[in-house]
Amino acid sequence: MKFLRNYIDKIKPNFEEGGKLHAFRSLFDGFETFLFVPNDTAKSGVNIHDAIDSKRIMSLVVIALMPAMLVGMYNIGLQNAIAAGTVETTTWFSMFLYGLLVMLPKIAVSYIVGLGIEFTVAQWKNEEIHEGFLVSGILIPMIVPVGCPLWILALATAFAVIFAKEVFGGTGMNIVNVALIARAFIFFAYPSVISGDTVWVATESICGLGATVDGYTCATALQHVANGVAPVGAAGAELGVCDMLFGFMPGSIGETSVVAIALGAILLLWTGVASWKTMLSVFVGGVVMLFVFGDKLPESIPFWHHLLLGGFCFGAVFMATDPVTSARTEVGKYIYGFGIGAMTILIRVLNPGYPEGMMLAILLMNVTAPFIDYCVVQSNVNARAKRLTKKN
Amino acid sequence: MGLFSKKNKEALNTPLFKENPVTVQVLGICSALAVTSKLEPAIVMGLSVTIIVAMANVIISLIRNTIPMRIRIIVQLVVVAALVTLVSEVLKAFAYDVSVQLSVYIGLIITNCILMGRLEAFAMANKPWPSFLDGIGNGIGYAMILVVVALFREFFGSGALLGIQIIPQSVYDAGYLNNGLMLMTPAAFILIACIVWFQRAKDKSLQE
Repeated sequence: MKFLRNYIDKIKPNFEEGGKLHAFRSLFDGFETFLFVPNDTAKSGVNIHDAIDSKRIMSLVVIALMPAMLVGMYNIGLQNAIAAGTVETTTWFSMFLYGLLVMLPKIAVSYIVGLGIEFTVAQWKNEEIHEGFLVSGILIPMIVPVGCPLWILALATAFAVIFAKEVFGGTGMNIVNVALIARAFIFFAYPSVISGDTVWVATESICGLGATVDGYTCATALQHVANGVAPVGAAGAELGVCDMLFGFMPGSIGETSVVAIALGAILLLWTGVASWKTMLSVFVGGVVMLFVFGDKLPESIPFWHHLLLGGFCFGAVFMATDPVTSARTEVGKYIYGFGIGAMTILIRVLNPGYPEGMMLAILLMNVTAPFIDYCVVQSNVNARAKRLTKKN
Repeated sequence: MGLFSKKNKEALNTPLFKENPVTVQVLGICSALAVTSKLEPAIVMGLSVTIIVAMANVIISLIRNTIPMRIRIIVQLVVVAALVTLVSEVLKAFAYDVSVQLSVYIGLIITNCILMGRLEAFAMANKPWPSFLDGIGNGIGYAMILVVVALFREFFGSGALLGIQIIPQSVYDAGYLNNGLMLMTPAAFILIACIVWFQRAKDKSLQE
């Protein structure tokens, strides 16, 4: 690490006021604080600050996302092999490599577009780079179907970064989850690339890996359920609980594997980055709503499969717990999480047009979160005022 | 006082940009959202509003000294309603398709805040000619925003302008898709917000 520090110190004067690379100071500053903990803390006010930059917390979330991403890559290859009927002859490593090749351009596009806009804005407004896109940039490619074209991904990313984040004042000021706005943009602007039965399985061969399959269709499990049939996998075989747990089924890239998401959840909870209250109450909300519906639920799957299918787990672990857009009060977190879980099941069961409800539920609760906080704070103020008057 | 004295020019010019009814005063938003998914109805709507505001301004200005203050709103409404009915009948006779597309929104011009606002704020206190110019200015200021929004919405939403396909089939074959969001009402909100953003960035005096 020493040589890196020395190198950064050596090139630093170039980026300071009057240096020849001054125009790129935000870029330099961004990478310096990404690599090293900054030396300075807040100098004024009564705050207790430590020098941990929020980029370091963000990188923890990115690490927590890795299991889901790796399984997602393997699953891309697996689904492609199933579609082509070559599961027996394809090694798991070439499946993974194929998934990696499919996935890399999406990640690159998301980061280049998003960070490009962030760097430009930071430079323009003479501010430090906002680091929030580190997480959003990896979330966006993970919550879209594998068949989503790159130009649409780029457009959605740009839209989300500008209209969901920068206009509100940048990282930490956004009201709604940036990655979900990107998905919602695709969902409403280009519904054909994010629903239906042609986009969930990769069908193009890349660099000799994978197989090209023409005219192949397979819907997601939840779409099957919405159509009133039992969910089937890519080969037409019925999906077992095992497939749902490990994520070997068609779906958005990162959302399918419950086990991989659980690994990420453990890391997030252990390091204290995400709130267990939000996470738990999402599941409680979902279960309560499932019992409320009771026998009105679609009968093609046992009711608890709803918690394993679609984006339920992914949303609960990585989206609902986003510290910026979730409720901030401790009681508020329970209400907020419960609302997400309940709303998701509500949308899934009552609206056949939206087989997947997690995205809309989280966005809706994002908007409600400030109100929840307001109510919690006010009720606390009232309770204390009452206590005070009683004593006197 | 000349026909186009400085004051009269101001009555015509300020509503176009500095006091634009949609982007600065934020009036008439409902119809701006509802009729702008295609260019043709937006143009017709803009024209109708321009004609009605100008005429109503002139009529109210002519009789402004005889209107009893207590019932002035009712008098204004009667004038506007009569004009709106006229325009609506003309549209039904000569441009039936567009009038079907605009459906209730022509009738709802009666409730358009721009009209009552101009009648109350300008026509009640000014002579007919400046009132006419003020009406034209406000109508065009409104129509301008509608047309710009509709231009973007129809182009990106349907790949067409005035119903004529602009984006060629070869582009679609290459993988391009129409943006469905543009045809929904939220897109009009976002576009109007962008226009407001652009305008305020250019004109510092509008920033709050």
